[in-house]
Amino acid sequence: MTRHFEHDSVISGIGQSDVGRRLGRSAIELTVDSALAALTDAGLRPTDVDGVTTYPGGNGLTSAGYAGPPVSAVIDALRLQPNWFQGSAELPGQLGAIVAAMMAVSAGLARHVLVYRTVTESTAQRGGGRAAVYDPDGVVAPDEMGWLRVFGAPSAANWLAMLATRHFHEFGTTRAQLSQIALACRSHAALNPLAVYRDPLSLDDYLGARMISWPLCLFDCDVPVDGSTSVIVSARETVADLRSRPVSVDAVGTAFRGRFSWDQQPALAQMAATGAADHLWSRSSLRPDDVDVAQLYDGFSILALAWLEAFGFCAPGEGGAFVEDGSRIRLGGELPLNTAGGQLSAGRLHGYGLVHESVLQLRGEAGVRQVPGARVAAVSNGGGPIAGAMLLTTG
Amino acid sequence: MKEVAIVPRDVLDDPLRHRERFGLDGAGDFFWLGGADGKLRFSTCAACGYRTHPGGSVCASCLSRDVAPQPVSGLATVLTYTVNVQRWSPDQDPYVVAIVGIDEQADLRLTTNIVGCDPWSVRVGDRVEVAFLHRHGLHYPLFRPLAGTGEQ
Repeated sequence: MTRHFEHDSVISGIGQSDVGRRLGRSAIELTVDSALAALTDAGLRPTDVDGVTTYPGGNGLTSAGYAGPPVSAVIDALRLQPNWFQGSAELPGQLGAIVAAMMAVSAGLARHVLVYRTVTESTAQRGGGRAAVYDPDGVVAPDEMGWLRVFGAPSAANWLAMLATRHFHEFGTTRAQLSQIALACRSHAALNPLAVYRDPLSLDDYLGARMISWPLCLFDCDVPVDGSTSVIVSARETVADLRSRPVSVDAVGTAFRGRFSWDQQPALAQMAATGAADHLWSRSSLRPDDVDVAQLYDGFSILALAWLEAFGFCAPGEGGAFVEDGSRIRLGGELPLNTAGGQLSAGRLHGYGLVHESVLQLRGEAGVRQVPGARVAAVSNGGGPIAGAMLLTTG
Repeated sequence: MKEVAIVPRDVLDDPLRHRERFGLDGAGDFFWLGGADGKLRFSTCAACGYRTHPGGSVCASCLSRDVAPQPVSGLATVLTYTVNVQRWSPDQDPYVVAIVGIDEQADLRLTTNIVGCDPWSVRVGDRVEVAFLHRHGLHYPLFRPLAGTGEQ
């Protein structure tokens, strides 16, 4: 096997704060909770941490609960003394912070990196949804989102709805097919006591739900929450000193292809996921058939469908048929998807909830929702021009 | 492709009660200021003819610096769309956001609104024409069904 930088690291610890709607707790409090939980899980103390990273970093964005605390605040709160740190949004998606951590480890800059992702979007929106944090009479920056917002498309729901419409048009995909992603996630959330929405969801519930942006309805959209997830990336040589069962990173997918735009993609029924997944497979000796469990980004149901195709779990355009009766993607099926409920039902932890669940599955610690004998997990994040992917394995 | 004359006229009512203003930054201002005469313009390369959008100081195809805004016919095809129902601002009725493909170049696209028709009647493949909305001192290129041409 070709040696890659990601093989020099393991995921040694995971931790989560409380996750829920309108917790009313600060981003830094939640982050300290998840960071200490992850360190305890790994058998490490704050003094062992010599690297810190997050996506997107707290200082560069209009936040509205999206950004979480800056790295500087976390360093200070835990009195960390890092050799290396960064907070950045210009990465191959949210997982880019984990990739950066592995690069720092491989380069010898750090041995134990704290990676966190914290959101307080639910509290920021106070039950008013995005309308509570959106100024419809504002001035937008002339960037790739500005070109969409001035035409009344301020939400990713609008942008991904257009991907869905194009997918429906080209391949005959239907809302009933798409619903199976939301229904599978909800059925898995019922087995996760920490999931935000656990009540059973039926096809009739889905088809009768209020429309957000045709063809996406309420249940196609993930649920804003407050919560923090931390992941500890450690040098492989430290494994003997760790308390937890380490998880390996077989390959990352960080490549970007196409155009950095939501509306200028060469193929409007695809997205940057394709370039990232192709890159991942080019770095791995494993194949799609080897994957036991998939934790694919589901900020919107259509994104998980696009990721199924991008990873090659089915052919391009065949995602609708692949999920059609839900059996393949539910626990017990050939490719259980988002086994903790995904962002659609467990809450929008912005990709890191999916990493957390991947690690639990590979450790065999997922309890009643454990995929028996899971050895390989595919995890992804992003939509439109933003995409990153990882292939995680046991040991 | 032959340029089709479009009679300049103010568009219809804006389907958006509120509309954000694009922040001008110099480089691409022609796009937002240039619609007063009813013409849709893109940064066009004098050397190879390629239209680069959003426009800048270089042709994205041949890297020539000899680029300048040039008009297109304003004819386009709906490549995909959504009917936005969620009220991002109060009392907003459903409206259509679409990505249209500009006739003159296969990879030249705009996100826009389809106006002048029932929002729920829009389909992929619909033929549309540009019509400008004057708001906030800018000319927003919106599109309406081509069948509507000639209606005053």
